[in-house]
Amino acid sequence: MVVNITINDQEFEVEEGKTILAVAQDLGIKIPKLCYLKDKNEIGACRVCIVEVAGNGYQPACTFPVTDGLEVKTNTPRLRELRRLNMELILANHPQDCLHCERSTNCELQSLAKELGVEEVRFSGETIDYELDDLTPSIVRDPNKCIQCRRCVSVCDKVQGVKALFPNHRGFDTLISPAFNKSLDEVACALCGQCIHACPVAAIKEKDSTEEVWEILNDEDKQVVVQVAPAVRVSLGEEFGLEPGTLVADKLVTACRRLGFDQVFDTVFGADLTIMEEGNELLARLEGEGPLPMLTSCSSGWIKYIEHFHSDFLPNLSSCKSPQQMFGAMAKSYYAETENINREDIVVVSIMPCTAKKFEAARTEMEVDGVRDVDHVITTREFAKMIKMAGIDFVNLPGEEFDAPLGITTGAGDIFGVTGGVMEAALRTVYEEVTGDELAKLKLTDVRGFDGVREASIELNGQEIKVAIINGLNNANEVLEAVKNGKKEYHFIEVMGCPGGCVGGGGQPIPTNDEIIAKRGAGLYSIDDKKKIRKSHQNPVINKIYNDYLKEPGSKKAHHLLHTTYKARDRY
Amino acid sequence: MTTVKDRCPGCDGNEQDERYDELDKVIAEYKGKPGALIPVLHAAQKIFKYLPEEVQDYVARGLEMSPSEVYGVTTFYSFFSTTPQGEYKIGVCMGTACYVKGAGKLIEEIEKELGISVGETTPDEKFTLVQTRCIGACGLAPVLTVNDDVHGRLTPDEIPGILAKYRD
Repeated sequence: MVVNITINDQEFEVEEGKTILAVAQDLGIKIPKLCYLKDKNEIGACRVCIVEVAGNGYQPACTFPVTDGLEVKTNTPRLRELRRLNMELILANHPQDCLHCERSTNCELQSLAKELGVEEVRFSGETIDYELDDLTPSIVRDPNKCIQCRRCVSVCDKVQGVKALFPNHRGFDTLISPAFNKSLDEVACALCGQCIHACPVAAIKEKDSTEEVWEILNDEDKQVVVQVAPAVRVSLGEEFGLEPGTLVADKLVTACRRLGFDQVFDTVFGADLTIMEEGNELLARLEGEGPLPMLTSCSSGWIKYIEHFHSDFLPNLSSCKSPQQMFGAMAKSYYAETENINREDIVVVSIMPCTAKKFEAARTEMEVDGVRDVDHVITTREFAKMIKMAGIDFVNLPGEEFDAPLGITTGAGDIFGVTGGVMEAALRTVYEEVTGDELAKLKLTDVRGFDGVREASIELNGQEIKVAIINGLNNANEVLEAVKNGKKEYHFIEVMGCPGGCVGGGGQPIPTNDEIIAKRGAGLYSIDDKKKIRKSHQNPVINKIYNDYLKEPGSKKAHHLLHTTYKARDRY
Repeated sequence: MTTVKDRCPGCDGNEQDERYDELDKVIAEYKGKPGALIPVLHAAQKIFKYLPEEVQDYVARGLEMSPSEVYGVTTFYSFFSTTPQGEYKIGVCMGTACYVKGAGKLIEEIEKELGISVGETTPDEKFTLVQTRCIGACGLAPVLTVNDDVHGRLTPDEIPGILAKYRD
């Protein structure tokens, strides 16, 4: 229903029941906000978005609904004064260490303080004093920087269905933390890092591994090789002022060389290898050699999530390691042997859009014959930090190519970084292997009643194969429940833990939102479109490796190097 | 389902803690219903006298809720206590009338007599001392309650006598 309201003395016809903020956004009227996260956190916690409502004093625009005859002012001298006062109160209980804070120049609190014209903080007194939580391999919490906006709570609950964080106590003592104020390491947390993107300040950030990487780059005795995930090459540019989705793979390679990496390889190679192994595994399961649906296993946040929350589905997971881990295993076996390098002298660093990959690399299972597959993981953000610290002018770098052999890749591997990419890559190979024909573009349909879930079906030698593509952990939860209850049936399900897939990963540049994720994803698809070889089974190096070394997908050697196991974890 | 061993924190699984059986009944009654958590916590506090971590964890598992939410709700409401409460809750009113009529002195005397501070419980778990807001007996200021009993027009020297009544 349409109602008439007045905003800043102008009359508008708007939809009844929408909030003042939503209406203002539609009309291009700016109202400052802080704790607001569209559709996820609209709770009026911070009171920055207050507006003057005739006859109703000052109300938060993000929760107050419009009604017929409403008169609103969004910017008056008194409102500016109140918003500034509000900010001063928030800042009075916030560390004043902008100069050396992780989020300096990219902090919503900092920007807002400037926007509202805060010139001094007139209040001083007791400030919160909590301990840092840095026990997880991936995420660090600094509760002293927390401004109680609850955006992390909402995202962890509603988007990821994990609910690891919740506000505790009240008033001055309010603390957003895991149950019993334990470390995130001691509760069921997927380590997906979506909370990092939700956080407007530096209260949550990734564990920093740049120091260890600097150190190893200086070690003359080691062969330090780097692998770069697909999602990084369409987002790294944002850290240097480029548009999301800008293809910077070539500059990225040059930057790695300038930083001192001995070989610059590509995780996409690992992705091609994963397709070979996983495709073979899927075919075996379709013949009855394992439970269906088969679930992909490359998303490490998804793995931790399913181990905690749906451990009854562990047998359904593909036994394949992720591309990151497969790459590492090959670097320290095939590459080491063919180059005659001692495998203990090879160090594998990976650059990932992901925080959970730090956890994955450290898993006890992720080693072969006493040598870790992957030694260090840095996020896209950390990599950008290192490039800046090294004084490299990224934007003006000449482009270079990945090294062979582990940098030779196909388009199928590139799309691993975006939701739907793994499924498409897998089916390109599986379909052609079985039918001898090339797979036409997959027709994906949204699944009604399920957000972020798409499905498709293909015919493989008379059998209808039903597949589902899911991104976001809460969506995965709903589909698994439906599968458990018999309401949905699939043969193969791709799950990416983060919204949009790895392009929206917890280690990606801040900000990450739907619009930016879409641009990054489009970038990856464009790389695939332009590549000459777009099917993993046509990667010449992959074929050589099977011929000379692994023998065939699923062989004993392949299992020894490239497959893994999972463990059930407590849900509570 | 949680096993007996899971249910009985602190014991070696050989004893059955009947309090958990009682709690199971309440959980079964409310599970799946909206707003189940608070009535269940209420009942749990009645059964266990307070809500230690183990009980909160048990409630989370029983209701299939995240423990972070159970902990959040428990700590938010002052009625829920995560430390053992005494048999008798002494509530000294700190409303305006009682305040100006010397409620502070009553607190001091009780703290001296019992050897605890406001918010604490005596080691024998007999008395817990709290401050309350105005209870509406201003004509009798200063007032304190001991569970449901109201004691008014008090002076500090009357405190030992009052406490003695409840000691037997």
